[in-house]
Amino acid sequence: MSKLNLIIQREFIAKVRNKSFIVMTFLSPLIMVGMGFLVYFLMKKNNEKVKEIVYVDNSGLFSKDDFSDTKTIHYLDFTNQGIEETKKKVEEGNYYGALFIPKKDSLELMANSIEFYSKDSPGMSVMNTIENKIEQKLRNEKLNNFGIDIAKINASRIQTDIKMYNFSGEQSSKLVNGLKIGVGAIAGYFLMMFVMIYGTSVMRSVIEEKTSRIIEVIVSSVKPFKLMLGKIIGNASAGLLQFLIWGVIIFILGTVATSLLGIDMAELQTTNLSVEQLEAAKKAAEGDKMQLLLQEVFRLPILQLFILFIFYFLGGYMLYSSLFAAVGAAVDNETDTQQFMLPIMLPLILAVYVGFATVINDPHGPISVAFSHIPLTSPIVMLMRVPFGVSWGELALSMGLLLITFVFMVWLAAKIYRVGILMYGKKPTYKVLYKWLKYKG
Amino acid sequence: MSNLLEINNVVKKYGDFTALNDVSIHIPKGSVYGLLGPNGAGKTSLIRIINQITMPDKGTIFLDGEPLDPKHTADIGYLPEERGLYKSMKVGEQALYLAQLKGLSKSVAKKRLKYWFEKFDISAWWNKKIEELSKGMAQKVQFIVTVMHQPKLLIFDEPFSGFDPINAQLIANEILKLRDEGATIIFSTHRMESVEEMCDEIALINKSNLILEGKLADIKREFRTNTFQVGLHTNNSKEVESTLKQNFNVLPPDFKLLGDELTLNVKLKNGQSANELLSFLTSKGEVQHFVELIPSANDIFIQAVNKNS
Repeated sequence: MSKLNLIIQREFIAKVRNKSFIVMTFLSPLIMVGMGFLVYFLMKKNNEKVKEIVYVDNSGLFSKDDFSDTKTIHYLDFTNQGIEETKKKVEEGNYYGALFIPKKDSLELMANSIEFYSKDSPGMSVMNTIENKIEQKLRNEKLNNFGIDIAKINASRIQTDIKMYNFSGEQSSKLVNGLKIGVGAIAGYFLMMFVMIYGTSVMRSVIEEKTSRIIEVIVSSVKPFKLMLGKIIGNASAGLLQFLIWGVIIFILGTVATSLLGIDMAELQTTNLSVEQLEAAKKAAEGDKMQLLLQEVFRLPILQLFILFIFYFLGGYMLYSSLFAAVGAAVDNETDTQQFMLPIMLPLILAVYVGFATVINDPHGPISVAFSHIPLTSPIVMLMRVPFGVSWGELALSMGLLLITFVFMVWLAAKIYRVGILMYGKKPTYKVLYKWLKYKG
Repeated sequence: MSNLLEINNVVKKYGDFTALNDVSIHIPKGSVYGLLGPNGAGKTSLIRIINQITMPDKGTIFLDGEPLDPKHTADIGYLPEERGLYKSMKVGEQALYLAQLKGLSKSVAKKRLKYWFEKFDISAWWNKKIEELSKGMAQKVQFIVTVMHQPKLLIFDEPFSGFDPINAQLIANEILKLRDEGATIIFSTHRMESVEEMCDEIALINKSNLILEGKLADIKREFRTNTFQVGLHTNNSKEVESTLKQNFNVLPPDFKLLGDELTLNVKLKNGQSANELLSFLTSKGEVQHFVELIPSANDIFIQAVNKNS
């Protein structure tokens, strides 16, 4: 077996056997799924509680039909009891709140003098629902006053959905755009997490070899560069295994739990959506819309996406983890790493910010384009842009720059690494690091 | 006898600091070669260059007639002064890993490790982690790891530090045995008594320069002062001493004998032989003690370094 393979294997096994790795791998999906269900159940419990709202309508304009009950809100007509009596009952805690509609000369005046009394401050969604109902009723009333036929108005409602094409004749819709944002954001975020977790893991492994002093024995058998490379690959393999296990466990747990507890996944997804969003989703689900969506999902360049994901993922991880390795080699213990960590973390965090702030709104705007070419941010930003379709020319330039930077940085890191692993006692400054770069062999 | 390792005019600089200045040493096959020098003299730099951990700025190095090359790492075993193993790795696994890094196959490595573990009576440690072992125990493991790939050249940097006297002797015997089996050994140390015991040849490095190199016996001959410890049984000590002083350089004694003999250190003058002194003494009384003062490695070390400074 080649020395590089031996090192990769050792690093992988050392990482995977580590207790914290095992605990993290098997416990965190359980925690994640557990939290998900906890939130779901709490929300369900919350929604099961029916809120009773009483109303006193002195205007005589509203009927029971205008206050139709929903699953969670029931309306009761207390007009006969008068406002004072009603308020008292609400204050005693029998009802969620009291709505008071006074009699006014004009609809405008009325709209601004409706009052709501409750013991605790009411939820936003409840108030929105009530306001919607009242606005709709008053608008209809006004239309009526203008002598406009509401039935005609309703009949005249029309919905547009602009079909977007690009010049290769592909069609897309807003929903698919959302999907693209999702795919890109997940890929970019995933890369950042991976670099942070496993980059620091490479760094720790370097520091461990240094403090245990085994490093001198190892480098008398293998070139430091090979050792560094073996560490980077070994740790990444352990990381990929962990993510794979997480994926499988979450999938299995999710499936088992939903089938056991009889939770409707569709319901789970839609509990958070407002009425309008629900409407939109329902409409999208209708017939040919759904087909278009499916068609488009399949038309997304999945193979291209996959290849680019692998490229930027590996490129980004290798670039950053070699820097982490150099930092590990430069210091004697983990507390000394901080001064060097910031310049590494900064572009990483910047990339995610740029990604979420600009790529989503304007995937081909100047900022998105620029940051998807700057090598330290390109892996994340470009991964977010790719689902929107990036020309091969741009991709080639960005990939080329990343590759050149990657080779340069690994060379640079290897130089610092090679000198640093055998240096003890000094807390290095940037000036010292620069001096190390000039040492020969 | 041909040389296993030839180091010619090696220069190594770190920035402005010169760690090795034009150092040349030649290490004969099958010898125990002492690499001596004060702290910071450049020994570790030289050892790292031999191990190809760093490259020299100038100079050439030949191992067994070939220019030093990465493939030679399998021919060298190195026990650094700062010992260390992976703390949370099991002893057996770790030894196997390090053996494989030196180019042994897994099966051969297993066989050799079994031999050494039985020899040192430590087979029971195979599945223990290094952090569970005492320092001395870990040192034994590290010694095995250094020698198990049967390299031509073994480099020991302070091999006895951390060992109790019994285990130090055990290791010393193993080192000499390895030499008898054909290995060449570079032995770097501050402990001069072990140099006397083990080394055939030495090199002394001080302030980046080689100041002394050669067979230990030759160097001692070079550093001899023709001084003898003398113990004489005589009735007339005072007279004998004053006559001695007229003919030889007499120094106060640096030793003690059991009886009430006259004890002195006597240094020969130029051209005088030991026999002249001895016949003078026998004519004055009964010689109880007559020993040449041979400079110890320690004396040579201190003298040479002081002269160089």
